[in-house]
Amino acid sequence: MINPIDPPRRKNPLLRTRLPASPPRARSRKSHGFTRAAAEGRFMLQRCAACNTFAYPARDACPSCLSADLPFVDAPRRGTLLAETTARVPSDVYFRERAPWRIGLVKMDCGPTIVAHLHADCSEGAPVRMSFQLDKSGQAVAFARPEEETPNMDDDRQWREMTADPKFRRVLVTNGRSAIGLETVTALQAAGAKTVFVGVAEPWRPFAGEQHLRKLDGIEIVALDASDEKSVADLAADIGGKVDILINTTEYIRPGGVLDRKGTAIAREEIDHAYLGFLNLAQGFGPAMRMRGADGVNSSAAWVNVLSVYALANWPAYGAYSASQAACLSLSHCLRAELRPGGVKLTNLFTGPVDTEWFQMVPPPKVAPRAIAQAIVAALKSGLEDVYVGDVAEEIRQRLAANPKALERELDR
Amino acid sequence: MQSSNLLELAGAISSGAVRVVDLTFTLSPDFPVIVLPPEFSPAAPVRIQELSRYDARGPAWYWNNVSFCEHTGTHFDAPIHWFTGKDLPNNAVDTMPPKDMLAPACVIDCSAQAKQDPDFLLTIPVVEAWEAQHGRIPERNWVLLRTDWSKKGWRDYANLRDDGAHTPGPNPAVMKWLVEQRGIIGFGTETIGTDAGQAGHFDPPYPAHHFLHGAGRYGLQCLCNLDQLPAKGAVIIASPLKIQNGSGSPLRVIALVSSS
Amino acid sequence: MTVEKTQRASYDGVVMAVPVTIPYMRYSIESAQWWIGRALSALVAQAGIKSSDIDGLCVSSFTLGNDSGVGLTQHFGLCVRWLDTIPLGGASAIAAVRKAARAVQARDADIVACVAGDANHVDSFRQTLENFSRFNQDAVYPYGAGGANASFALIARNYMRTYGVTREDVGRIAVAQRANALRNPNALMKTPLSIEQYLAARPISDPIHLFDCVMPCAGAEAFLVMRDDTAASLGLPAARVLSTIERHNAFADDPMQLRGGWAKDIGELYAMAGVTPDDLDVVQTYDDYPVITMMQFEDLGFCKKGEGAAFVREHDLTIDGDFPHNTSGGQLSVGQAGAAGAYLGLVEGLRQVLGTAGPTQVKAARLALASGFGMINYDRGLASGAVILAGPAR
Repeated sequence: MINPIDPPRRKNPLLRTRLPASPPRARSRKSHGFTRAAAEGRFMLQRCAACNTFAYPARDACPSCLSADLPFVDAPRRGTLLAETTARVPSDVYFRERAPWRIGLVKMDCGPTIVAHLHADCSEGAPVRMSFQLDKSGQAVAFARPEEETPNMDDDRQWREMTADPKFRRVLVTNGRSAIGLETVTALQAAGAKTVFVGVAEPWRPFAGEQHLRKLDGIEIVALDASDEKSVADLAADIGGKVDILINTTEYIRPGGVLDRKGTAIAREEIDHAYLGFLNLAQGFGPAMRMRGADGVNSSAAWVNVLSVYALANWPAYGAYSASQAACLSLSHCLRAELRPGGVKLTNLFTGPVDTEWFQMVPPPKVAPRAIAQAIVAALKSGLEDVYVGDVAEEIRQRLAANPKALERELDR
Repeated sequence: MQSSNLLELAGAISSGAVRVVDLTFTLSPDFPVIVLPPEFSPAAPVRIQELSRYDARGPAWYWNNVSFCEHTGTHFDAPIHWFTGKDLPNNAVDTMPPKDMLAPACVIDCSAQAKQDPDFLLTIPVVEAWEAQHGRIPERNWVLLRTDWSKKGWRDYANLRDDGAHTPGPNPAVMKWLVEQRGIIGFGTETIGTDAGQAGHFDPPYPAHHFLHGAGRYGLQCLCNLDQLPAKGAVIIASPLKIQNGSGSPLRVIALVSSS
Repeated sequence: MTVEKTQRASYDGVVMAVPVTIPYMRYSIESAQWWIGRALSALVAQAGIKSSDIDGLCVSSFTLGNDSGVGLTQHFGLCVRWLDTIPLGGASAIAAVRKAARAVQARDADIVACVAGDANHVDSFRQTLENFSRFNQDAVYPYGAGGANASFALIARNYMRTYGVTREDVGRIAVAQRANALRNPNALMKTPLSIEQYLAARPISDPIHLFDCVMPCAGAEAFLVMRDDTAASLGLPAARVLSTIERHNAFADDPMQLRGGWAKDIGELYAMAGVTPDDLDVVQTYDDYPVITMMQFEDLGFCKKGEGAAFVREHDLTIDGDFPHNTSGGQLSVGQAGAAGAYLGLVEGLRQVLGTAGPTQVKAARLALASGFGMINYDRGLASGAVILAGPAR
């Protein structure tokens, strides 16, 4: 039974902020099959295509029939905790300062046994539900939770190391002018965020939802134009030390590709807002977030980008926009690597066309801004890295995996 | 004119006998820009990127890259800016006669009316009332519309509502009249445009742009400190950047005012 | 079609001689090469041979860095015609004697030096753990289970719960070994240990507590393997190798390790030696954790599975007791010098049957068993082995 965590007290200025240590990071190449699964919140194991034996840890040959055909497939999550232990003086710095730390050996119903981090409510002999999570090194680790929901389940100390739960954290939503931004603010508040800073560019320009936003408690509206280096730097100077989660909802969506547009003014705005905006935000807020990755209950925890799924495959109808999103996606991988030493997750949320004016002529299905907001919170609470919101995004993901050329040809219509 | 007169002017400026009034807003990224429907090409705001600041990027020096739309901040409109002036000779900022960059100004104070009504429009009778007091507007003078709009916060300054901006400006008749009957060199305002916020609904739309530029005249907007100018007698120095075929440019607008 | 298992050839004519221990140090700035060099030097000196007489070399170490076995031959000025390196952790010594035995039997070599040594610098233990194996790197080390402590804790917990074993039962093994160690001047642990102290020790990774754990240290161990005629010509006292077994990844289908590979092979072990467990005068098990020793008592046939706790309650495991066990004090009290830890029991067993164990000598010890256990690659120890030796008096 987990006691709910207490709201963090104000920092004691006499104490040095604990620097973020990382758990062991080395993995075999094959083992990154679990990294991929963890990034998307899937539970995948290797299963031999020849004899159907599930195997773990990651192997290059089947232990049952020596076949090399061992694809990672979605696997049943149920297992039984065989034995547990509490490590009290681990030699690794990360675990040593988090000791006591509980791990166990789980026998999966599908066969293999897995050493796993344990949720506090797991008990020996009882069934568990297994997942792969990304730890503070950004690497996949197995995590066993009780099969049934237990009180305050998400407040488990070890589970919280794997997630970026908004509860008690301070969040910056970079663009509160958009429908996605507004919904995200609401969803974060419902998830227990302590403070939501809401960035508003060009505050002299009124926007829908402004009155609603101003009435909410726990909200601080801040001037923020991501495309403006100085605006970002000024805000980071003010609140950079207390942004635990940054949700980059900066957007600039215009239809059109290359030949049917004249000049580069719009493309430049797309890049100024989406790409350089991202870069400005990263340079403004990234360093402090990387520093504060182990700063207690409200440590810095995650950076979330809301990206178009067409970052993965260009949609000519919105071709230049797609390209700006691809640039952001590429940059996000760089930032992810640079945030990693701080244990700060970088989550990319891929969406299909959103139900807003800029996709007015696009037929359904379209993603409701609220669905994106809820997916953001869900991703933070379960510590995901790649999230596909809505049917279009999921379909693009699958089609890209199946045949990128087919997808390219078919997006051209 | 004898050169001694110019030296006398310089001396007067130095002694304070002639005041130099800065009519310019600081060019900054957060200054409001004209709002158009989003499907039109957007005016880029001012963007300042630091190149170095006595650091590894440039140990001994500080400098920035700056980019902006030609029509940001306190700025100048050349005739080529509007379709009505597109075929005129020397209609761009790089080709306009330099002598047009210095001219006297008549300042019409409508701050009281604008305070009452954000949609206040300058009309011929208002100008005539001003002339009754200060005399006829001479040719090749700037007419500057004082509304004290520049003293507002940015939100009230832009004053956007769901039916567009509500800011004061001239009506079509007075613009046509000022250009044709008074031969003004240009028209200046404190607001984001030389035209009123609702001028898109006028006939013709945007009459200040329409008549000024169609006749080869100029516009100045986003001016400030007009309250420090006399109704008559100030001399305006407004020299835009020499942008190739430029339609306008941010600039430093200076007024020389006799202290007496 | 099934492949028929055939009868192994005997070890007739194979002997072990010249047990060497280079006294351990908790930390030493010397390298593994230094420690192995000392052991080789001691082998040559004690055997009264020249280093050029050594024509076979078998080495085990975790801390040689980039050095291979062949690199060591140049380092030590050896010219051998048979060379092996054995990375089997706690089973390395058993594997070494098995391989060397066949080499001298087949006359691929006449005198094989089997040696294991490891450095222990500050932080070298952690580095060894970090790079232990791929499964360990992928699926154990990221869980904070650096060191075998957590892995053995899981095995111990499951074993103890399954068979109703208490910490006090397990503690008897550690306490007896400490008593033995007090007679061994080379043991790093020099203070008595009571069962009360054992029980009151701080937890490391439940149910593993401080005195369940070995202390990593630097050191080296070695012996020579040759034919009996070679030993006779050199005038060296020698012990005959009666029987050996080796097994890897046994009982892979057991969800958790409750038994080691010995259980699969002990019939053959005792049959080939022509002895029964009761005949043994001294037993040296691989004791990286006392619970693993208890498991070996069962799997090596001294009692039935699940009766290990009763066995240790009913027997005195000290040098003068009715079941002399880990007479040097074992790794728990002497220290674990990396791969040399695998040799500790075998070298001590060799001393015992040669009658040269000095202060730890068991009276009239003629027949010894030494076992090895190693390589927690993932969730269990994979390698197991055992040797039965007979002294010249038998």
